[in-house]
Order: sequence, then structure tokens, then C-alpha cells
Amino acid sequence: MTTTTPVLAGEATAEPTPRTAAGRVRKRLNSRTATIVSIIIALIWTVPTFGLLLSSFRPEDDIKQTGWWTFFSNPQLTFQNYNDVLFGRSSSSGQLANYFVNSLVITIPSVLFPIAFAALAAYALSWINFRGRDWLYIAVFALQIVPLQMALVPLLSFFSRGVSLGGITLLPPWDLDNEGKFIQVWFAHTCFALPFAVFLLHNFISQLPGELMEAARVDGAGHSKIFRSVVLPLITPALASLAIFQFLWVWNDLLVALIFAGGGRETAPLTVRLAELAGTRGGEWQRLTAGAFVSIVIPLIVFLSLQRYFVRGLLTGSVKG
Amino acid sequence: MEFEDFAPKLSMLLYGVIGFVVVVGGLLLLLDVVPNYFARRREAALVAASLSTSDGPAPTLGRRVRKHREGLLGLAFLLPALLLLLIGLVIPAIRTILLSLRNGDSTAFVGLDNYLWIFRENDIVRVLLNTAGWVILVPLLATSVGLLYAVMVDRARFEAVAKSLIFLPMAISFVGAGIIWRFVYAYRGEGDQIGLLNWLWTLVGGEPRQWLNEGPLNTFLLIVVMVWIQAGFAMVILSAAIKAIPSDIVEAARLDGVTPWQMFWRVTLPSIRPALIVVIVTISIGTMKIFDIVRTMTNGNFDTNVVALEMYNQAFRYQQAGQGSALAVFLFILVIPIVIFQIRNLRRQREG
Amino acid sequence: MAVSSRPRQALVLATTLALALSAAACSSDDGGDSGSASSPECAAYDAYTGNDGTTVSIYASIRDAEADLLEESWKQFEECSGITIKYEGSGEFEAQLPVRVDGGNAPDIAFIPQPGLLKRFADAGKLKEASAETKTMAEANYAKEWLDYATVGGKFYGAPMGSNVKSFVWYSPKLFAEKGWKVPQTWDEMMQLSDTIAGAGIKPWCAGIESGDATGWPATDWIEDVMLRDQGAEVYDQWVDHSIPFNDPKVVSAVDRVGKILKDSKYVNGGFGDVKSITTTSFQEAGTPILENKCAMYRMASFYANQWPEGTKVAEDGDTFAFYLPPVDPAKGKPVLGGGEFTVAFADRPEVQKVQTYLASGEAANNRAKLGNWVSANKKLEVSNVENPIDKLAVEILQDQSAVFRFDGSDLMPAAVGAGTFWKGMVEWINGKSTSEVLDQIEGSWPK
Repeated sequence: MTTTTPVLAGEATAEPTPRTAAGRVRKRLNSRTATIVSIIIALIWTVPTFGLLLSSFRPEDDIKQTGWWTFFSNPQLTFQNYNDVLFGRSSSSGQLANYFVNSLVITIPSVLFPIAFAALAAYALSWINFRGRDWLYIAVFALQIVPLQMALVPLLSFFSRGVSLGGITLLPPWDLDNEGKFIQVWFAHTCFALPFAVFLLHNFISQLPGELMEAARVDGAGHSKIFRSVVLPLITPALASLAIFQFLWVWNDLLVALIFAGGGRETAPLTVRLAELAGTRGGEWQRLTAGAFVSIVIPLIVFLSLQRYFVRGLLTGSVKG
Repeated sequence: MEFEDFAPKLSMLLYGVIGFVVVVGGLLLLLDVVPNYFARRREAALVAASLSTSDGPAPTLGRRVRKHREGLLGLAFLLPALLLLLIGLVIPAIRTILLSLRNGDSTAFVGLDNYLWIFRENDIVRVLLNTAGWVILVPLLATSVGLLYAVMVDRARFEAVAKSLIFLPMAISFVGAGIIWRFVYAYRGEGDQIGLLNWLWTLVGGEPRQWLNEGPLNTFLLIVVMVWIQAGFAMVILSAAIKAIPSDIVEAARLDGVTPWQMFWRVTLPSIRPALIVVIVTISIGTMKIFDIVRTMTNGNFDTNVVALEMYNQAFRYQQAGQGSALAVFLFILVIPIVIFQIRNLRRQREG
Repeated sequence: MAVSSRPRQALVLATTLALALSAAACSSDDGGDSGSASSPECAAYDAYTGNDGTTVSIYASIRDAEADLLEESWKQFEECSGITIKYEGSGEFEAQLPVRVDGGNAPDIAFIPQPGLLKRFADAGKLKEASAETKTMAEANYAKEWLDYATVGGKFYGAPMGSNVKSFVWYSPKLFAEKGWKVPQTWDEMMQLSDTIAGAGIKPWCAGIESGDATGWPATDWIEDVMLRDQGAEVYDQWVDHSIPFNDPKVVSAVDRVGKILKDSKYVNGGFGDVKSITTTSFQEAGTPILENKCAMYRMASFYANQWPEGTKVAEDGDTFAFYLPPVDPAKGKPVLGGGEFTVAFADRPEVQKVQTYLASGEAANNRAKLGNWVSANKKLEVSNVENPIDKLAVEILQDQSAVFRFDGSDLMPAAVGAGTFWKGMVEWINGKSTSEVLDQIEGSWPK
């Protein structure tokens, strides 16, 4: 993360120049070997997913009896698996749209809150001078290791019992029901996302050139103004890439949702529903493959359409270290 | 599906977003208004002070006030994050440490028994060894593959496409990835193989094998899944870092007549060190907590268990809160080297 | 689900219509606050009125289509009593329930399939003792041995509801008839039959113990069933409550008896491969080779009837059916291994107690049984309400006076063993470890 290399403020502009070390290394390495190795890696990284995708469209018997690669000699496609997974045989399924909306409602605030709070915190930990701030940062960083499984019971108890000290109620129970449970899920996701978000954003923010801050301060800007008008615009790409991370994490989460949203139709996200579908009739590849693909497709779309920002965000980050 | 069903959810979402705007906007506003108010008062005080005494302690006083005020301000910026961290992670962590000193249903104090148990049970020692394997191999392999690939496709013709192929798996959940790879490792005792690996294996003349049943190979095969997911992350960051190496450094090295290998080791690698550290630290911590992949693919059977899964099982399935918590504390201890490393880095950054 | 789904759907539809009509009847004269009691359909629910507009939450492991039927079955109760039941089923039930309870977010009622877990909650003071009404209802409808599983420290916590019989072996009546094989009546006959089948070039047995994060349980059921037969009910009880060690020679003997089938590649694993393939074959798909005559027998509980592919006829003269796993010594009675879930309450509001009482009643059992695919040890359950043949057979066995019934042992043991090392140990055992090594290891893991 942090750096020993002397980092120049204007370094980012060096990026488009064609002669980089890597380009050079690559040219000197036997370029045919490089091509072959990279093709092999690319294959290993895509073929398994492709196999899953193809399998999800094959009839049940075919999946169970022959490998998906035999598809090319015996092409047979069906939408039955998707039909089963999406519309199911039980009356409680066929409402995937419901769970989809739940996922959406859970995800959006769960992405916004931690990013905002982490950005504020990361700014304070980088540019506001107060005693013990480095130790505070290290502590926040170290919190990444706390397994969220161990945090479930205390946090749930915080919601359902409130906080009381020696018989005095400091915070009443939240008593959330139905749609209100979304608040619990947002809260939980925000807590769990903070250490990594602070860590990542601290990397970016602490590497911003100090002259900029100084100049703004001379102009009479306070921390709040500097944060809004100097820091935020500069770290937008970083925020975007963090948002993608957090989106993927929340969208794919099962454990937090199970505890804080419950399994009901009102609040449970897509992952909970798909886990149930795959679980009741386990070992059935045709459902598992289709179900897995349904769960993958949204993050995939989001990821592919936003990857430009993602790369840009991480790029600024690593330039600055 | 009627809209009425969605209406309460969507209005909930609306409340959430409004809440976000109010909280964050309000906080920023507060941070704007309050310091200004104090600044004005301080100015007034200074003016008053300079009127009464023409020289003396005013500037020092001002600095001390200012330093004090910086602390308060910092606290205000940090407050939401710190509060949430306290409730969501610090208190649970302390509770976990306390629970680890108590028995299964937390009714009696047992001292360090749970920790002794970790090292006494052969099964658990196995779990620790497996986790060690994961924590060493995953960051190493994922970073190496990511770096290798980044170097090789750099400026290649289809660079953008080639890169997105590698980081696609990042969008897939651990459970989804587990399913994908279980399919790759699938075994059929009779008839055609449906698993890719066994198919390839039989093509080169091997007998079909139950890959996930055979230790220690199976642990390695699970590690492959994690590497598969994380390599894309490493690749993206490292590729960006490589592109950012200043050309004059490269040029100077070239004039010195270094070989490509030397170039890689002496120029490329040191230049991307900060990015490398981000990648390795992030992947290491993620690997320590790995849980879903093992649960989906082998459920920890056949000697593939890892600490986080065993912790979950002990605490929630076997109702042995003490032993589960002790394993969690063990994870806290595992992360200490990384924390120390971070402290050293931070110091160096402050000095530099 | 699988069993000839069309008639079932028609039945569900018919019941739904009937319920809708009765609901209309209920509400039509719903003038006063408990006016529903006056309609004839609601007469049976008189005892449960008086808590209009309240809600009771239920949390259980039953989900998907089975959960729909369950909710269907208490529709009328809801209409007539005015109590709304909010049901939630989850595959993660066993791990999630303790989290919710410890986090102060317990459901009003839970259906707990493990008496061991029930005891843990009772000991921790989390459960509410069942009301006098519930207790009376339960005592009238269930045998004492069932109620004992829900009694901790002299306090009774809740009646059983659904049950299942595990001592079944699935087979293909067609294949048996074609080859002239007879359903075995003793263990020895069964082993001889196995040899005959193996001689005919068919693998006699199928097995699969993969079940996600519960992998291993089908093997523990095997061991328990054979413990009952090899050693008798008394030794079984001692084994379960740990008054004999887990690695006692008696246990070794039972496990080795199972090993003669499951660890012999001559007998297993039809359609899937060698012995080790048992560990990676899911219990849901393990029986299906029977339909293709790739194997002849599969030991699995009555609920496996739901797992057959659509269109499979489950009947004594159909594509598949099950016979009772024969005893080693028929003179010693008819051991039956089974399981079920207990309806326990974490709250004692009057409406919660009313729901709990209703669930113990004969109406509840019959209402659910009418919808199909369900068995209960409830004495008021009328066999005529049980539609499919395998469930009928199960009810007959459960109500059979000569049967020696025992609850699934792994559900009675401490979870660390019963849902932990016992499951995992069985996986390792099939994967090649020796009996003594595995049993020693399980014994060492028994919580002190």
C-alpha cells in the first residue's frame, strides 16, 4: 500500500507513454511463449464458467450422462432448467422478481453508506492532525480480520434488545418488522464493509499531493470544504471501484442476509432464495447450474459495464501507491 | 407481480437514500458551520486579547486551541465510522475473546482450555496446517499469475478483452465459484465423465479419479479456486502499476544494458512494490477468512477443513461457543504479522 | 413434487377451493369479534378463538413445496381463530436458530428436529414450558416415548408434529418380480439376496451420503438402524446417552455389519462407481439407479418418496417401493428407527400457546396428511387420510404396537458429535479409514 518509491505529482501523466518497462520486458521475452502462456491462462480462467453456462441449457439427462463438451457433437438446448429455477413447481417460487427487488433495496444503501463514512474517516486519518491517528488507522485496518460470523450474535442482540448499562436503557430495541428489516441489513453491511473501505481509501487519499491541501487551506478553506471540493473529485475513480467491490460483496452475500433480513418474501434477497432452490434437491446439476448462472448474471453485467471505472480507479490508486 | 407488492420496498429504498443524503449532507454541513462559528469567536477573542495585552501568549494559545480543535474535527469526521465499527466489530471481537475463555455454553470459566484443545486435537492441527497452506499459496499464486499475465498481455492486441476474461471470476460469489469448480472436478464411476478434469485426465490415459477425496491434492485443488477468483484482482492493480512506471527509469536501465530479466527484477518489481503490497495484504486477509469455497465443495471433509469453517461449525452447529471463539482469536493472532508490517510501512511513509 | 404430481395438484386445488369457500363462510357471518365460531367449518376450532388479529411466527427447516403444503394445512385454523401464522423455512435452520435465539430475535415457535438441540435451549432457559392445554392435547395424541424426547428436567416443552420412518429399503418391485426375488424378512435373507443379485450382474446396493454441510448423515442412519438390530434397543439407548463409550466393542460390531455392505465393492455402488463414490454421491440422487436397474436396493427414510423423478409410480406394484429393513433376530421384535420435529415455543403469549396446542391436535395432523406426502405418529391420524402407499406403510409401522421405536440417535447426541464428528467420521470411514480408528476419534470428541 504505502510507498518507498519517490512518487512524483505529475507521474500519472507518464502513463500514456509507450515505452514502459513491461512493454520492454514483454518484447524481449520470447513473444510466442508469452502469447501461448497467456492464452492458456485465459482458457483456464474462462472455460469452467463457459462449461457451466452451456450446461445450464442442456437437458437434465444430458447433463448427468455426458460432459458439456459433447454438446458440440450433439447440440441440444432447453430452457427447462431456467424454467424450473425461475418459476419452480412450488407456489412460493415463481416470484423471483420479488427477491430481485429485495436484493436491489438491500444493495444500494449498503453500498452508499460505507463508502461515504469510509471516505470521511480516511480523510481524517490522512489529513487532519490529531494525536494517535496512525494507531487508530492501524486498529481500523486490523479489524478486517474479525470474522463476520462472530459479529452476528452481538449485532443481532443490539437490534433486538437495544443497549442497556446496569439496568438503564441507553438505546431501546429497534423492533423492526417486515420491510423495516432492510435497515438492519444496511446497518450490518455498513459495519462489516468499513475496515476494508477505510484501508483502500486511505491508500488513495493519503497519497494525494499535500501542496493541494496547503493551497486550499491558504485560501481559507476548512476541512469540510477541502474534503468536498478538493479530495472528493480526485478520488472519484477510487470511490467507483470501491463501490463495485462493495456491490459484488453485498449482492453475493448470503450469511448477513439470512440473519438480518430473514428468509421471508418481504426482505430476503435473491441469494437466499437460490440457496433454498439448490438445497432442497441437491446434487441435481441441472438446477444447480441454472441457479448458479442466475445468481452470477447481475453482478456480471454490472461488473462488465462498470469495469472501465474500476480499472481507472485502481489505476490512480496504484500510481499513488 | 403487481406494483403494490413492491411499493413498500421501494419506498423503503427511497427512505434509505434520503436517509443517506440527510446523514452525510448534514454531517458535512455541520462540519462547515461549527468550525466557522468557533473561528469567528476565536477571532473575536483574539481581537479582544490583542486589545487588552499587546504581546505575549496569544499566538501559542491560538495554536494549542487550533490543535485541540483539529482533534475535535477529526473526531467529527471519524464519528460515524468509529461508532459503527465499535458496535459492529469491536464489541463482537471483545466478546469473542471473552467467550474463548469459557466453556461450550458459556456457563463456566475454563481459562486457556479451549486454546490447549486447538493444539491437542489432531483434527484441529490438521485444520491449522491447511489454513497455513492456503495463506501461503493463495497470495503467492494469485499474485504471480496476475503479475505474469499483466506483463504478458501488456500492449498486446486484445489487451482489454484479455484482461476482462481474467477478472470475470471476481464478479462470481464464492458459492457460485464453488459450484463451477465442483462441476470441473466431478467424477463418474460409470459411463462418460461429466467433469472437465477427469475428461482431460482420461484423454491423456489416466484412470478417472475422485479428485476431492484425495488429500493433500484436494486442498490444493480448492486453493486453485481461490486463486482463480483473486488473480483478476491482482492483475488489474499490478497492470495499472506497471503502466505507470516512469519511462525515464526504464530508459536509463536500458542504456545500462540490462537484460529483460534484470529489468523485471530490478526495475519493474521495485517500482510496483506499493501496489504489490496492497494486493498481497488484501488477498492474505481474504484467504484467512475463507469459508464458503470449502463449505460448498467438500464441507471440510477429506482433510480439507480450514479455520474459518471449523470456527463456524464449532460455534453455531456444535454449540461449542468457547472452542469456536478460540479459533476466531487464533485468526486475530494470524493477522498480527500483517499489522506489524503495516505499521512499519506507515512509519516509513510518514518519514519519507 | 414427484409422486404422480398431477393428481396431487388436483387435490391441492380442490382443498384450496374448499378452504376458500369455508373461509368465505367464516367471514360472511363474521359480525362480532369471535363470530367465526358459529360457522360449522369452524366448530372444530372453537378452543382457539379469542385472539383475533394476533400474529405468531414459526421458524423451521421445512421449505419449498413442503412448506407450501404446511401453510395450506393451517389456513382454516387461521381463518377461524383469527390468528395469523407467519411461517419461515430455511435450509440453514440448525445453525441459524441458535444465532437468532442468542441474539434475542427468537421466533415464537420453532419446529426442532433434534431433541439434543431442544434440550440445549431448555437447559439455557430459552424455551417456554408448554401450556396445560398443549400438554393434555399431546398426551392424548402421542405415545409417551415420543413425549419423553421433548421433556427436559420434568418439564414438557412441546408435542411432536411430522414424523418419518427411516428403516426402509427402496427397491424396484418390477425387477424383483421379473427375477423372482422375494422381499427379505431377516437380515440373513437380505444378505443372501444381495449375493444373488450380485450374481445376476447387478450391484445389489446403492448409497450416497453427500448432503451439503450435513454430509454423512445417511451413513449415521445406517449405523443407528443396524445398532438397533445388532444390539437391541437397550444398548442403543446406552450408546446414545454415552453410558457405553462410542468405541465399545458392541458399536464396533454394528458398524462392521454395515461395513459388510457399504465397504464391499461387490455390493456397492450401483450406477456411481466404487465404495468411495458413496461419499460424493448426494443422498437425493443415490436411489435413482434403481429405476434403471443399475442397483437393486437403497436404504433411505420414507421421505425419499419425494425424491423420485416426476412420473415415477411409488407403490407396491409400481416402479419403486420400499420394504422394512429386516431385523437380525425377528424373535426380538421389530425395531424401528425414525425421526420427527417438535413444536416448541420461545414465547408464552396466549395466541402462541393456542397455535402450539392446535399443532398437537388430530385436526392439524389430518389436515396436513390430506395434502399428501406426510406422516405423523399422531394417534388421531386416520390412515384413510394418508394418500400415498409408502406413507400408509409408515403410519402403520408407527402405530404398530409390537414395533420398538427409537429416535434417530445422532439427533439425540450432543451436536458436536451428532451433527459433527459422527457425520465426518462416517465420511472418513467410507473413504477408507478403519472402524476402530474412526470410532476412537469420535469417542475422543464427545464433549466432557
